[in-house]
Amino acid sequence: MDFISVLSIFVLACFVGYYVVWSVTPALHTPLMAVTNAISSVIIVGALIASAEAGSATAKWLGLAAVVLASINIFGGFAVTERMLAMYKKKDSK
Amino acid sequence: MSLPRDVEPLAVPPGTDYGMSHAVETAATHGPTNPWVALAYLVAGVFFILALRGLSSPATSRAGNRNGMIGMLIAVVTVIVTHDIANIVEILIAIAIGGLIGFTIARKIAMTQMPELVAGFHSLVGMAAVLVGLAAWMNPGAFGILDAEGQILTVSRIELGLGIAIGAITFSGSVIAFLKLSGRMGGKPIMLPGRHVINLGTLAAIIALIAAYAMSATAGPGEGWMIIAVAVLAFAIGFLLIIPIGGADMPVVVSMLNSYSGWAAAAMGFTLGNTAMIITGALVGSSGAILSYIMCRAMNRSFISVIAGGFGADDSAAGGGEAREQRPYKQGSADDAAFMLEQAEKVIIIPGYGMAVAQAQHALREMGDVLKAKGVDVKYAIHPVAGRMPGHMNVLLAEANVPYDEVFELEDINSEFAQADIAFIIGANDVVNPAAKTDKSSPIYGMPVFDVGNAKQVFFIKRSMGGVGYAGVDNDVFYLNQTTMLLSDAKKMVEEIVKALD
Repeated sequence: MDFISVLSIFVLACFVGYYVVWSVTPALHTPLMAVTNAISSVIIVGALIASAEAGSATAKWLGLAAVVLASINIFGGFAVTERMLAMYKKKDSK
Repeated sequence: MSLPRDVEPLAVPPGTDYGMSHAVETAATHGPTNPWVALAYLVAGVFFILALRGLSSPATSRAGNRNGMIGMLIAVVTVIVTHDIANIVEILIAIAIGGLIGFTIARKIAMTQMPELVAGFHSLVGMAAVLVGLAAWMNPGAFGILDAEGQILTVSRIELGLGIAIGAITFSGSVIAFLKLSGRMGGKPIMLPGRHVINLGTLAAIIALIAAYAMSATAGPGEGWMIIAVAVLAFAIGFLLIIPIGGADMPVVVSMLNSYSGWAAAAMGFTLGNTAMIITGALVGSSGAILSYIMCRAMNRSFISVIAGGFGADDSAAGGGEAREQRPYKQGSADDAAFMLEQAEKVIIIPGYGMAVAQAQHALREMGDVLKAKGVDVKYAIHPVAGRMPGHMNVLLAEANVPYDEVFELEDINSEFAQADIAFIIGANDVVNPAAKTDKSSPIYGMPVFDVGNAKQVFFIKRSMGGVGYAGVDNDVFYLNQTTMLLSDAKKMVEEIVKALD
């Protein structure tokens, strides 16, 4: 993909993000931060590419370290979000 | 050792031919060329959008979180199946180690510790971005960012520089935020002389180094000391930026670092031409930016002044020596409060960070239940900056089984105080201080506050009359005619009220 296509996706996604985040209820702002934290660990894609290619041993180990860090975030982030969201109950559901 | 995927040593003679074909291939494959792969990443990105969309209501939020997991699964599976991975065992072990640590932390963490957990997680995203950036710099061929001469593409050099810089700032800033939020480092702002000059100078140096790297003649794999210098300076500036920021501004800092972790992921997404990473980065980046804006607005502080740091530092320095004027106030007991609460028709409870510190949320919910059973209308009012991160108080109340439809935001409930019999303040202070509306010299002037003075009666739970809020200002609500101060530990006081109600 050329730079302009990538930039277009980025700019449009910023607008999508703007409207989607404003529609998040303030009561869920903490879970929002936890889940954005989890999904920003999609950086694991880059970490996997780096650790899979045998071109440079140092790069591979940097990649594997990044895989560990991103995995902590992915599993931890989604799990803690799930735990928080499970606590939100309506009045009559008790 | 396995060979890189496109190399067939028998078919391709070594030398110029291989070099040419490799160069042509990599120049054309800035990111995935296979349309199915690109499509898979796009689908993952859409799932991430749906994940955030789900959070518009607690009813749909859990489905949203699941969508996030599906998106992540798609992205990870796609990258694994489309690359010839020689060391799948190593990678799976790395994922298992990280996953186990993540799961354990997520299960054990107390809800009161959520701000420090989120700050800690942000630091990991930042560090991961730095590591991926450095790996791409050392092995650019794997990321398809080499040009025909074996140099890293100019645009990729800028993306790498930015990604590493933002990642490093996110890392060191989040580490400081984590240490401050978890109480391992004092919450008081630490002021360095000339810090604005130092910060701006460092920032300028980072930009200059990235520019120098982009224009450098030698930028092959692992070449260019500027990248290392960028990382070092960015680590330093993240540290310098957050050190002078005090505890009260932490909600803004945590949101800001949330935003940075997104921009770091987006920068890496540009390097890889990966839509899932770019979409996610943009979503997270805007999310953090919007939360920072909401927090700043709720404190009537400009973003710049928060980042410049030092909120409340002058007051705490002056407040120590100065003897404060003694004004008369009314003190009450748990029995008094219980008696009045029982008689009331409408009670609005305003919890603040002090409630979380005292772990009084469960006792508070019990009190609410008893009152509701007696026919009292009980509502909870939450200020946007209550707690140490956006929405923190809502989570704590949800944990204590307070139904979310009894919890209201500032602008939705503020007009109701005029009809309320009792405003019950527990562990909050600055968010009910009328000085924010009347006293132009007050550090919290202009901050939207609850009009508790409009309620017929005010009960104010506070440990002692000595301590003041984070802003270090006295509160006129203490001395109102209708105010009764309940001076005690919040949890103990609420438990006593519950006992007295029975």
